[in-house]
Amino acid sequence: MALLEVDRLTIDIPTEAGLLHAVGGVSFTLERGETLAIVGESGSGKSLTSLALMDLLPSRAIRKAATLRFDGIDLMAAGERQKEDLRGDRMAMIFQEPMTSLNPAYTIGDQLTEALRRHRTVSAKAARERAVHLLERVGITAAASRLGQYPHQLSGGLRQRVMIAMGLMCEPDLIIADEPTTALDVTIQAQILRLLRDLQQEFGMALILVTHDLGVVARVATKVAVMYAGRLVETGTVREVFGAPSHPYTRGLLRSIPVPGRTRPGEPLGTIPGQVPGLVGDVFGCAFRNRCDHAAEACAGAIPERLLGGNHRMACILETVGSPQ
Amino acid sequence: MLLYILRRFGVALSVALTVSIVAFLLLHLSGDLALAIAGPEASPAQVEQVRIQYGLDKPLAVQYLDWLAGALHFDFGRSFYFRETVAALVAERMPVTMTLGAIALGLALLVAIPLGVVAAVNRGGWIDRAALVFCVLGQAIPTFWLGLTLILVFAVNLRWLPVSGNATWAHFVMPAIALGWYAVPAVMRLTRNGMLDVLASDYIRTARAKGLRWPTVLFKHALRNAVVPVVALAAVQFGFMLGGSIVVEAVFSMHGLGHLAWEAIGRKDFPVVQAIVLLLASIYIGLTFLADLINAWLDPRIRVA
Ligand code: SF4
Repeated sequence: MALLEVDRLTIDIPTEAGLLHAVGGVSFTLERGETLAIVGESGSGKSLTSLALMDLLPSRAIRKAATLRFDGIDLMAAGERQKEDLRGDRMAMIFQEPMTSLNPAYTIGDQLTEALRRHRTVSAKAARERAVHLLERVGITAAASRLGQYPHQLSGGLRQRVMIAMGLMCEPDLIIADEPTTALDVTIQAQILRLLRDLQQEFGMALILVTHDLGVVARVATKVAVMYAGRLVETGTVREVFGAPSHPYTRGLLRSIPVPGRTRPGEPLGTIPGQVPGLVGDVFGCAFRNRCDHAAEACAGAIPERLLGGNHRMACILETVGSPQ
Repeated sequence: MLLYILRRFGVALSVALTVSIVAFLLLHLSGDLALAIAGPEASPAQVEQVRIQYGLDKPLAVQYLDWLAGALHFDFGRSFYFRETVAALVAERMPVTMTLGAIALGLALLVAIPLGVVAAVNRGGWIDRAALVFCVLGQAIPTFWLGLTLILVFAVNLRWLPVSGNATWAHFVMPAIALGWYAVPAVMRLTRNGMLDVLASDYIRTARAKGLRWPTVLFKHALRNAVVPVVALAAVQFGFMLGGSIVVEAVFSMHGLGHLAWEAIGRKDFPVVQAIVLLLASIYIGLTFLADLINAWLDPRIRVA
C-alpha cells in the first residue's frame, strides 16, 4: 500500500468572477523513501496541492478528491481532531516563507518543542534536548543558545533551518517542503537541499518537494510531476522525465534553465512566451495551447493522459516522445 | 530593554512637562486672574492686593516654576472657592473617578476583546454582523442619554440599583457601563481586525501544520499578537474616559474629579482646574507608558533589539 494516494484532487476557489478551478484533477502516489518533486510556475496550483494534502487550504477553497489516503487513512472522511493528530506528527510541512512562518512572539525553543509536546508525552527537558539535537542536525551552531532566541534575531537561512528542524520534531512519515530554498542565497540553497535529501534517506521519510526550479529537482527527487494550470502535464521518474522530456511545456521549462558548460554566460535562456490562461469558469482542452508551438485543433478537445512507458505519463496529443536534451 | 524603557520614560516626561506648561499658560491667557479672583465689585486697590497676595505680579516664568515646584509636592495652593487646599479637594475626589474609570475600562475590555475574537473567527457570520451593528449603535448613542436610560430602567423601574451617588459598589455599576460603553466599539473593531490579520498570517498556518488544537492556535499564537495595538488603544480610551467622566459624574451625581472640574470651571476656581488638568494628563501619560511596557512584554521585537 502506498503511503500517500491522491486520485483526482480538485481545488476550486470562489471568486467575484466565478469559480476558479485552481487545481483540476491531480493524481499521484508516493511510497516511503521516495521524493516527489511537484514542478510548476507560480499559479500552477502546486502550492495549493500541497496545502490540500495537509488540509491547510484557505477556508474558502473547496477541496474534492476521489481518493485522498495517507497510510490507509481516508483524509477526505477524517474528522478535524483526527487530522490535527496527524498533522505535525505523521505528516509535516515546511513552508516557503522563513521570515513570516515563525511566530514573532515566541522563542525558537518554544516553537520547536511545541509540536513534540503536543503529540508525545515528553518532559520539557527531553523536548529541548530533541530540539537541540535537530538544530545541530540541520547545521545550526550553538544550538542550545538558539532556543532562547526570537525569530527576528535570526537570519533568513537560520530561520529556514529552524523550520526544517520543526518539521522533523516528531519524525514524520511524510514531509512536504514548499519551495524550501527560494528565500535563500545559492550556497545555502545547496546546503539545505543536501540536508533534506540526507535526512530523508536517514529517516526513510517520503518527501514532497514543491518547486519551480528544475535544477533542484534533478539533485534531490526520485519522481517528478510537472504541473501547469492546475493539472499534471507530465509525470514519471526523474530519469524518464529528464531523459525524454515529452510535453511541450516540460521541454520549454528545461530550455529555460542554464546548463553548466553548454549555456554561455550572458546567453539568453529560452523562455516560454505567453501567460497561464485564466482558470475561472469552465476549462476545456489543453490549458497550454495558447503558448504551445504544436497546438492543433484537437488540443481544444479532451486530452487523455497517455502512458509513454514505465511510469512516464503525459497529457498531450503529440505522438512523438521527446529526445533527450 | 532598559534602553527602551528609558527612552519611553524620557518621552513620557517631556510630554508631561509640555502639558504642565500648557495647563499653566491656558489660565493666564484667559484674562486677568487678579481681576477674576477679586470679583467684579472689587476696587482697583483690592485687585492689586489680590495680585500681590497670589504672586500674580511676578514674571510668568517665575510663577510657572513656583507652581511646578509646588505641584511636584502635590501642593497646588488653595482653592479660590472652597475653603480647602486644592490637594485635599483632589485627594478626596480622585478615588471615585479612578475607581469609576478602572471599572469602566475593565468592563469594556472584558466585553470588547472576546467579542472581537468571536467576530473575527466567525467572520461574515451573524455574530460578526450583530457585533458590527452594536458598534455603530455604540458610537451613535450619547453618554448622557445612555446614562439616563440606564437610570430609568434599572433604578427607577426595576429598582435594582441606586439612582445616584458613590457610596457603595452598586453605585458604580451604571456609571461604569455608561462610561465604558463608548470604548467597546473601538476596542472590539481593533481586536477583530487584528485577529483577522493574524489568523491569515503564515505563522498561524505553521501552528496549524503542527497539529495544535484550535484553542491553542487561537489564544496562544493569534491573540497575543493581535492584542498588541489594543493595549495602546486601551490607554487612549482610558484618557477619553477620564474626560467623559465629567458627563457621567454629572448624570449620576458622583463626587469625583469630573464633577469637581465641572464646578471649578463654573466658579473660575483656577488652581483647582489647573491641578485637575495636570493630574488627569499625568495619569494619561503614565498609562501610555504602562501600555508601552505591556507591549514590550507581549512583543519581543520591541523588547529585544
Ligand atoms: S495538447 Fe496540444 S496544445 Fe497542449 S501541449 Fe500538447 S500539443 Fe501543445
